Amino acid sequence: MLKKLFSRQETLVGVTLIVLCLVIGAINPVFWTPGNWFDLARSATVTGIFAIGVLIVLVSGGIDVSFTAIAVFSMYTTTVIMNQIGFEGGMPAFFAMSGAIGIVLGLINAFFIARFRLPTLIVTLGTQSLFRGFLLFVIGSKIIRDLPPGMAQYSGAFLFTVTDARGITVGLHSAVLFLVAVAIVAQLLLRYTMLGRSIYALGGSREAAERAGFNIVQTQVFIYAFVGLLAGIAGMIYGGLNRQANSQDIVGQELDVIAATVLGGASIAGGRGSVIGTLLGVMLVTVMSNSLILVGIPSIWQRVVIGAIIIIGTAVPAIRSLRAARRANVDIEPLPAE
Amino acid sequence: MSDVFLSLTHISKSYAGVQALDDVSLVVKPAEIHCLVGENGSGKSTLIKIIAGVVTPDQGEIVINGKPFRRLTPMDAIREGIQVIYQDFSLFPNLTVAENIALNYELSRNARIVRWGQVRQLAEAALGKIGVRLPLDAEVESISVADKQLVAICRALVQNARLIIMDEATTALTEKEIRALFKVIHNVQQEGVAVLFVSHKLDEVLEIADKAMIIRNGKVVVDVDAANLDRNKLVYYMTGRRIEEADYDYTPQQKRPLLEVIHLSSRGNFQDVSFSLWPGEIVGVTGLLGSGRTELALSLFGVLPVDRGEIRIDGKPVHINSIQSAIEHGIGYVPEDRLTEGLFLDQSINRNIVIRTIDGLTGRGGLLSITRLKERARQWIRDLSIKTSDPELPVKSLSGGNQQRVVLAKWLASKPRILILNGPTVGVDVGSKSELHDIIKNLAREGIGILVISDDIPELLHVCNRILLMRRGRLAGMFDRRELDENKLTSLLTESTPAAPAASTTQSLSPQIG
Repeated sequence: MLKKLFSRQETLVGVTLIVLCLVIGAINPVFWTPGNWFDLARSATVTGIFAIGVLIVLVSGGIDVSFTAIAVFSMYTTTVIMNQIGFEGGMPAFFAMSGAIGIVLGLINAFFIARFRLPTLIVTLGTQSLFRGFLLFVIGSKIIRDLPPGMAQYSGAFLFTVTDARGITVGLHSAVLFLVAVAIVAQLLLRYTMLGRSIYALGGSREAAERAGFNIVQTQVFIYAFVGLLAGIAGMIYGGLNRQANSQDIVGQELDVIAATVLGGASIAGGRGSVIGTLLGVMLVTVMSNSLILVGIPSIWQRVVIGAIIIIGTAVPAIRSLRAARRANVDIEPLPAE
Repeated sequence: MSDVFLSLTHISKSYAGVQALDDVSLVVKPAEIHCLVGENGSGKSTLIKIIAGVVTPDQGEIVINGKPFRRLTPMDAIREGIQVIYQDFSLFPNLTVAENIALNYELSRNARIVRWGQVRQLAEAALGKIGVRLPLDAEVESISVADKQLVAICRALVQNARLIIMDEATTALTEKEIRALFKVIHNVQQEGVAVLFVSHKLDEVLEIADKAMIIRNGKVVVDVDAANLDRNKLVYYMTGRRIEEADYDYTPQQKRPLLEVIHLSSRGNFQDVSFSLWPGEIVGVTGLLGSGRTELALSLFGVLPVDRGEIRIDGKPVHINSIQSAIEHGIGYVPEDRLTEGLFLDQSINRNIVIRTIDGLTGRGGLLSITRLKERARQWIRDLSIKTSDPELPVKSLSGGNQQRVVLAKWLASKPRILILNGPTVGVDVGSKSELHDIIKNLAREGIGILVISDDIPELLHVCNRILLMRRGRLAGMFDRRELDENKLTSLLTESTPAAPAASTTQSLSPQIG
């Protein structure tokens, strides 16, 4: 039982995360201050929501690289529309609109993937360019700093604040609740609904899923629409926290997100992955990229270290399965004593 | 309860003018084990698909449980209790045993929420019915082929199967696993479930069937109680001709062994194996799964590392540490799983044949000469009588027996001196099988040394002049063909304790000449 626990990628990533925290904290005690942790939570929120979406796609045996384009498209378009109609209301309306745009774009992915059975990587590479090009050319390419009031105030929407010894007030941003909610919903969906199990089934063997009578088109439509929704919401959070709508943002992060998800145990080949592993993978990458500066590693080295972590993290399970394959095949009979 | 579960009457089906089934009638009673026997292309698969509701017949009547069906759909078939276990089992490798057993049932009753307690209960109950224990939480990917099959059977039972159709169920199983499967099938029978067992392995049919229906070219040849059948009759019914296989008659030709294996060991694979192979010999290597027979072959071909011992070819010690070096020493290996290891399925027959010797087919300027390529391939197609209308067709369009010939041609093209054949006729039907055996014997007569790895007892006896028996990683015996018959070899193979006199150490390493 214990052995099984330790052979899991989740455990490995969790332990690495704890060790990393202890090392960084020992070198620089600032790491353990609430301010740093609130910062980490804030940074992990957008990546985390993206990563849950990526997890679901990976489990189904697909891959989506268009979610960043969906996120920036939804966020920027929502900002432009809200500015034009002079919307005065609060943030929920922004999330609703951005999420709805995300769903529509996700359905475009789903249409090509489910209806025509095209490879998911090719479709989403195409739609990434398509969405982004359309956004820059048709909707706008300028950075919008003059935000609608509801969105402008969002960066100050803290759950609570604390004032530390030096008199600096820091707060935990409410956006983290989205991540918590998305994680819980995804966990319940994947583990306890037939829809969720059909996603695992599809990722395990498409042919077996078809023979069992799963409605694969329906499952795929759900997956890509859901990823679109998550991307729309995450994009809006991103814009709100940064207090600007920049149509050049976000795209380019997709590989980091996919890497964090794979680091957390999701299989590129489909059929495997868990919400808890994904969250741990995201936390590990976030701590790496936010905290190296605390231990005096120049920020230019961060990319190198993250790259190394990702390669090591994904190599470990591969090496382990190679080892398992090389295990003794035959239980050799001992020679009788002479 | 009626005493007939399924009845098909006067079923006919044609595809684009080809008559796949012609006036076939079949009656299956509850708790009956009915074997469906025929060579590849005889119409077996079409018949299964009709019963499963996947294919609609052109003519004929289907009655299940007394209900006539004009157009049977797959959903109807499942609802009436018909379950098909395909050759690949259609399992989900990433899900647990318990979930694989329960998932399809949960889906068919339109469940939206998964109750894990119930999933385990369903799985446990089904495993209990067939009297088998499996780890419920193990991923299906990590269990053996035989266990996967049991999972598929349980899944069928969970869905209240009244008739389970098993398509070539034993292809990937060892003798011992087949015994265990037959026990399970009898347990299933005890539950009142009928089994339609599709096979072309004669011994199995004779052993398990209550009734057997033999079809050939889409027509029923005979549908009788199995008690009225024997091996010869079955072969005759299946192929329409009498197949008499002559044993391989080896005459020693040269004074020096081709291959000598001396105290060879590979950690975790096999230990202290010594034997020799003479030109023109066909030596069988047999043993149960896990005996090390395949591992020995893989070591000789440079796939698995050797720790100790020596390999000599023509009396000279050689180092074989990679596939490349094995090939350089004239060793060829035809794998058991030709589909994934031996062939480029989507590529043409021509290309598959010449792939190993493509360097020798260049014309002017170092470019590939298509004319020479086709010529070379045509020659092999003729020599091995590969049946195809067009050598440009992909290899996957061929039957199992013909695919195996393409793999053979591929290796023969590179003129090996030692040929290792792992399960040369796995998944090949009776007619093709004896033709393949003839090809193997002819190759040996030309002076190639051949190792045949197999647990097909009649095959070993027909093809080999010597047989090595492996058990738990060691050579447990070496026998001249003339010392053995089917019963003796079967009991040697399934015996768990070593043969009484330590035959392996006392017998000479060379074939008995005389």
